[in-house]
Amino acid sequence: MARWSLAVGARRHSFHDLRELLAKATPARAGDELAGLAATSAEERVAAQACLADVPLALFLREPLIPPEQDEVSRLILAQHDPAAFRPVAGLTVGQFREWLLRYETDDAALAALAPGLTPEMVAAATKLMANQDLILIARKRRVVTRFRSTVGLPGRLSFRLQPNHPTDDPAGITASLVDGLLYGCGDAVLGINPATDHVGAVHDLLGLLDRVITRYGIPTQSCVLAHVTTQLAALRRGAPLDLMFQSIAGTEAANRSFGVDLALLAEARAATLALGRGGPQVMYFETGQGSALSADAHHGVDQQTCEARAYAVARAFDPFLVNSVVGFIGPEYLRDGREIIRAGLEDHCCGKLLGLPMGVDVCHTNHAAADQNDMDTLLTLLGVAGCNYFMGVPGADDVMLGYQSTSFHDAQYLRQVLGLRPAPEFEAWLERMGLARDGRLLPVAPNHALLP
Amino acid sequence: MLSSPEPSLPARPDPWTALRAHTPARIALGRAGGSLPTAARLDFLLAHARARDAVQASFDAEALAGALAAAGIAHAVAASGAADRATYLARPDLGRRLAPASRRDLEARAAAWGGRDLAVIVSDGLSAPAAQRHAVPTLAPLLARLTAAGWSVTPVLVVPFARVKLQDELGALLRSRLSLILLGERPGLGVPDSLGAYLTHGPGPDRTDADRNCVSNIRPEGLPPAAAAERLAGLLLAAARLGRSGTSLKEDAALAGDAELSPPAP
Repeated sequence: MARWSLAVGARRHSFHDLRELLAKATPARAGDELAGLAATSAEERVAAQACLADVPLALFLREPLIPPEQDEVSRLILAQHDPAAFRPVAGLTVGQFREWLLRYETDDAALAALAPGLTPEMVAAATKLMANQDLILIARKRRVVTRFRSTVGLPGRLSFRLQPNHPTDDPAGITASLVDGLLYGCGDAVLGINPATDHVGAVHDLLGLLDRVITRYGIPTQSCVLAHVTTQLAALRRGAPLDLMFQSIAGTEAANRSFGVDLALLAEARAATLALGRGGPQVMYFETGQGSALSADAHHGVDQQTCEARAYAVARAFDPFLVNSVVGFIGPEYLRDGREIIRAGLEDHCCGKLLGLPMGVDVCHTNHAAADQNDMDTLLTLLGVAGCNYFMGVPGADDVMLGYQSTSFHDAQYLRQVLGLRPAPEFEAWLERMGLARDGRLLPVAPNHALLP
Repeated sequence: MLSSPEPSLPARPDPWTALRAHTPARIALGRAGGSLPTAARLDFLLAHARARDAVQASFDAEALAGALAAAGIAHAVAASGAADRATYLARPDLGRRLAPASRRDLEARAAAWGGRDLAVIVSDGLSAPAAQRHAVPTLAPLLARLTAAGWSVTPVLVVPFARVKLQDELGALLRSRLSLILLGERPGLGVPDSLGAYLTHGPGPDRTDADRNCVSNIRPEGLPPAAAAERLAGLLLAAARLGRSGTSLKEDAALAGDAELSPPAP
């Protein structure tokens, strides 16, 4: 028996439960088609959106998409929900909630106060009804500011992670890319290496390398080596100078298990990192991405955008310093082409901000997707306008370890120029002190500059 | 003092091009304002074009089978559920399982082969050139080492259009203690032929990526095949000794032969 249905001309479109309604209301993408969840026609999609617009927001509290008894992320979502914070929108439907978010009166303070009352499912539902411009306008209202040694997310600021990966973790090779990025004004979000192998000794050594660079040049930034959380914990226990603790996370318990983590392990990792007292108060760095739950066969029939929003519920339980969706990394079976990657990037950023996260985005694509660097330019620009906290800085946009294309140090210069944005204040002062930039422009670098060998 | 030798030129080179000797990364590209010089942009476009072409390159399974035979390695060819490249890219679920005819065929052969220590699969994955060039140079020393250690190994299965998880179905079907798959990784710019290797102890349908260990970037300019064989042998021997693989098997412990360094399974 259909709970929702809508007659369109001679046809009647019916939807049996919230999961089906959400999935079929999702703008078209490869992953939902792969999962067999997507609307089968453009008309059915709009019918689902029309039905979804009339669903009371409060229904998501009464009818969890994934049963709490089966999934610790569902339990976490219900435990996080703050009824008092929810009150301003408690009587609204999904369609009215979209309109409430768009009002002039809904500002940063209102959104910050509301965030503890929202669940990922409510936020995902509303974004399914949004145009790309809505996703930009609403996200732009919200600033989420975090601190370690630098301050990320302030108005008028735009940060970059310096990502100096090397195919074999060669210290000289990583240092060469670090120097290149610093000279191009990047690295204020984090100096973050994806190690080539998940090896405790290597992670220990790479953290030592980053710590020596940060200390020697007095750089107001933080280090991270993006190994598995258990590997970082082992390195930490061997005395590695670890600033930020990283982990990839997803929106269901089973998907997290496929990453080798659960909420208890993440809590243990955060406690161990905080105990080091190296900076903060935020010490966690999470990466996410649409399609990870389906990829692990752990999506419970929930569409990939909603699963992604549920990952943000996991992230916010640990007061993170950085969170980013790696939007185009997973491949064309989940996001088919540039158009789908752009849409997903805007959705992820908006959902993360609404749930109170310091969102960045790895604007990226792989070589087996029908996308190119022009698509990346488009998404980078849109997210810059939307107030994204940070992006990736990869030499020449070409990650020679992970084998994908992201954004570059030159892209940082581009976006800061066109939008009049500055690096994190502590980092900007350091760039000026080092003679590398002034008034938002790079300065010529002398061949005997202190950063050069 | 300044690095711009000819003020009339609109692009400024970076005075740290010597650092390029240390990394294949695109560093010291120079800048026009803050943007890419034209030559660097064209270089990127060419690399992207080549990577796109590598993804579309066709896999010659028979030629690989011939190279395995020439190296004295027993082998067989099988098919995944993905019949062509377009289907393979769009439907990872089909690449994770055998085609029904191949499954029936292998079920019959498995009885004759009997349960062994290791099942090995080679696939083009996302880069046919990677499998074509580096699979045999990796497998020859690896299998020699394992055989010397007394291991029994099933014939190497060449399976076009496979995903990593196919090692679970095949390993279970062949009743092997461990399974290993070598397949082409996503081509990066300027890195069209990087091979990846994934191993799983006790392969079966319930295994996830957390149960696997990975050795990536196998190619002469990255992790050379002989060195990759050495690492894989260490991991496989440790996984067999400890009875587990994945996040609870750290490579340090594998190489040191020291199980105490591994944290408990999450």
